[in-house]
Amino acid sequence: MPDAILRVENIVKDFGSGPVLKDVNLEVRPGEILGIIGENGAGKSTLMKILAGIHQPTAGKVYVDGKAVRIADPIAARALKISLVPQEFNLIRDLPVYNNVFLGAELRKRSGVLDKESMKARTRELLAQLNVALDPEARIEGLSAAEKQMVEICKALAFDSRVLIMDEPTTMLTKFEIEILFRLTRKLRSEGMTILYISHKLKEVKHLCDRVVVLRDGELVHDGPTAEVSIVEMAQKMVGRELGSIFPVKGKPGDEVVFEARGVTVPGVLEDISFQLRKGEILGLAGLVGAGRTELAETVLGLRLRSAGTFLKDGRELDLREPADAVAAGISYLSEDRQGAGIITTFSVTRNVTLVSLGEYCRSFFRLIDKRTEKSKVQGYVDSFRIKTDSLDRRLENLSGGNQQKVSLAKAIDTSPSVLIVDEPTRGVDVSAKHEIYVFINELARKGISCLLISSELEEIIGMCDRVLVMRDGRIAGTLEGDRITEEQIMYHATGVQEEAAS
Amino acid sequence: MSATTAKKIDLEKYGALIALGALFVLASIIGWPYFIRPENLVNVMRQSSYTGIIALGMTFVIISGGIDLSVGAVAAFVASCGVLFMNWVLQATGGNEVLAILGGVSVMIALGFVTGALNGLLITKGKIVPFIVTLGTMSIFRYLSLQMANAGEFASQSQLYGTFGMSKIFEFTVGDQAVSLPVPVFTMLALAAILAFLLDNTRYGRYLCAVGSNARVAQYSAVRIDRVRFWAYAINGMCVGASAALLAARFNTVSTPNFGLGSELDAIAATIIGGTAMAGGRGSIWGTIIGVFMLQFIQNMLNMAGLSPYLQGVVKGIVIIGSVYIQKQRQ
Repeated sequence: MPDAILRVENIVKDFGSGPVLKDVNLEVRPGEILGIIGENGAGKSTLMKILAGIHQPTAGKVYVDGKAVRIADPIAARALKISLVPQEFNLIRDLPVYNNVFLGAELRKRSGVLDKESMKARTRELLAQLNVALDPEARIEGLSAAEKQMVEICKALAFDSRVLIMDEPTTMLTKFEIEILFRLTRKLRSEGMTILYISHKLKEVKHLCDRVVVLRDGELVHDGPTAEVSIVEMAQKMVGRELGSIFPVKGKPGDEVVFEARGVTVPGVLEDISFQLRKGEILGLAGLVGAGRTELAETVLGLRLRSAGTFLKDGRELDLREPADAVAAGISYLSEDRQGAGIITTFSVTRNVTLVSLGEYCRSFFRLIDKRTEKSKVQGYVDSFRIKTDSLDRRLENLSGGNQQKVSLAKAIDTSPSVLIVDEPTRGVDVSAKHEIYVFINELARKGISCLLISSELEEIIGMCDRVLVMRDGRIAGTLEGDRITEEQIMYHATGVQEEAAS
Repeated sequence: MSATTAKKIDLEKYGALIALGALFVLASIIGWPYFIRPENLVNVMRQSSYTGIIALGMTFVIISGGIDLSVGAVAAFVASCGVLFMNWVLQATGGNEVLAILGGVSVMIALGFVTGALNGLLITKGKIVPFIVTLGTMSIFRYLSLQMANAGEFASQSQLYGTFGMSKIFEFTVGDQAVSLPVPVFTMLALAAILAFLLDNTRYGRYLCAVGSNARVAQYSAVRIDRVRFWAYAINGMCVGASAALLAARFNTVSTPNFGLGSELDAIAATIIGGTAMAGGRGSIWGTIIGVFMLQFIQNMLNMAGLSPYLQGVVKGIVIIGSVYIQKQRQ
């Protein structure tokens, strides 16, 4: 067995509110793809940030090639040839690709002036090596999530990294893009690169990784070859208990149409969208990234201007010009972009949950906020959603992704909506929180709330939905029901081509 | 663990107050025995109240994620217009001073609202960043006032207005001395109480913080962000109007080149010292009051220590940077 390229010994990390990592020992061997899995808050990202020089361990040591090192900052990590591709990309939108690749380590001519030509040429080389057709001079702004990720990987290659850490690399990618990423990852491994692959998606880890380690509550609870452990076992080790089926039993939606879109068109974005949403129904909205699903939700909220078409609620036409109109009509939206459009990270749990519904808590002639009622209502959500927080006044930036998402969901339903649009409700959320969120949504539907579920995870669509609309290029490409809700059917409509039987 | 978090929160909440207390003790020593004499303290409070009232409105604007550089120039403009109106009413009514003052003050507050609303509209509807809009209106209103007065002054013809500017309420005795609260100080504290209550207990206050923290989240959360922003500038404008009315009464005249000059910077400094985040989203009205007092205490103390006014400005700058530095370290 080759010697460890990277080794951490007795790592402890404490941000001041109890240890996040407790005495973690881990060896990484050269040229392997090591899967690191664990629930949100298990400490995966913290461990990786220590390796990337973003955090310093409270105790313990890191060894590179057998030598103890201190990774004081990301520059030190770069010098040690360790690169991190973060979940939220670290790219500057206004700069072209090649500038981003060489950001902080620009190539210069002898005179000190930037050597743009060399940087472009080198970037072109690297992109070619990755088999990516991308212009080095394209601006980041116009790139898709997958392309941005390639730029991040390019960045790692530009510095001859030996260790590449990928944090949840597939959350923003479509199925095809994921395949490309996998092929690339294997190619890098064959060239001697060591890859740490952090993911919630156990199937991917099983599929891709040579070895898998499981973190639970800051401790390493499993370490072994991927071949020797099944997906179910992985999940159980992550959660520390037996798991039932992750999806609850589907309910029986009513016949009554609650919400309807008729011929909705937004120039260049949506084309003649019509559908009906019934009482208590979970209607899936599937499709590739960029097919117009989130844009449809934003149109319902009045954030995009329709050129044609109408929305109807209980048979009456709605005048939706701004989000407040949608809320008034009993429509609520859970954003896919949790930190960008869903929650305010510097606000407390309480203030987030009641942000939309605040009017309901305003009492008396002066319309003052009734803080006691507000608190007790939010406490109710914390209890029923099992939101892990030591206080209702805790700022959301201190909560894990899964708990943030639960707060976001509580916020969406605190307006007592009759139509709930949930956009990627389990993105970046661990298995047990995922299960809980599925149960909540299922319960809401059983109570008669109609849900529009937007998701890129086919399993989620198949496991949760009574009916599925598949979008492609801003149009509804197909509607699936009952037994026809299958992965093949969804992908067929989403892409317009029949997938090859065995790829 | 809960004990330590409680301590931390206390420090965050009362840090500025503790600093003010320390400064008070220091000033008492340096300025002994004059500084802590009630009449000096009342005087210091009165001096701070004109900028203080503006700083209250500025706190709202900064919490919303904006800035208002036009406050000093707007103060000069509305005071000029108000005094002109007052004199006109005096003439028209044959010397009805009460009516003239009521009219003049109303005009100043109303004009303050209008100018604030103008800033607000340009920022929300015109989608121009606050810094640029208020930089522009700062120039417009300062030079408009100078043009109106030909760079001179507008003297009020009302005797009563000047008396009102110096009048005091709530007389009480400390030891053997009679102390009273000047009208501007009372106005500042009353406004602070109202705005602090608004910030903590109403939807508007909550929305203001939300818009300042993350406008996109606020928008998706059905907050009418333009309206929230607009009102921050409008409220600030009214504060400026009130401040202008009191300051004009103090001298019973408006000197257009100097009136309110630099008060935007003092108001911003007081707000920031008081713990309001420059980036918006978080702030405290009472913190601003503390910031206002701190700046004025320092000035008074240094005066007593015989430091030149130029060096006082240097010290003020150091205090502004230092207090923000300390706040940053605490986070």
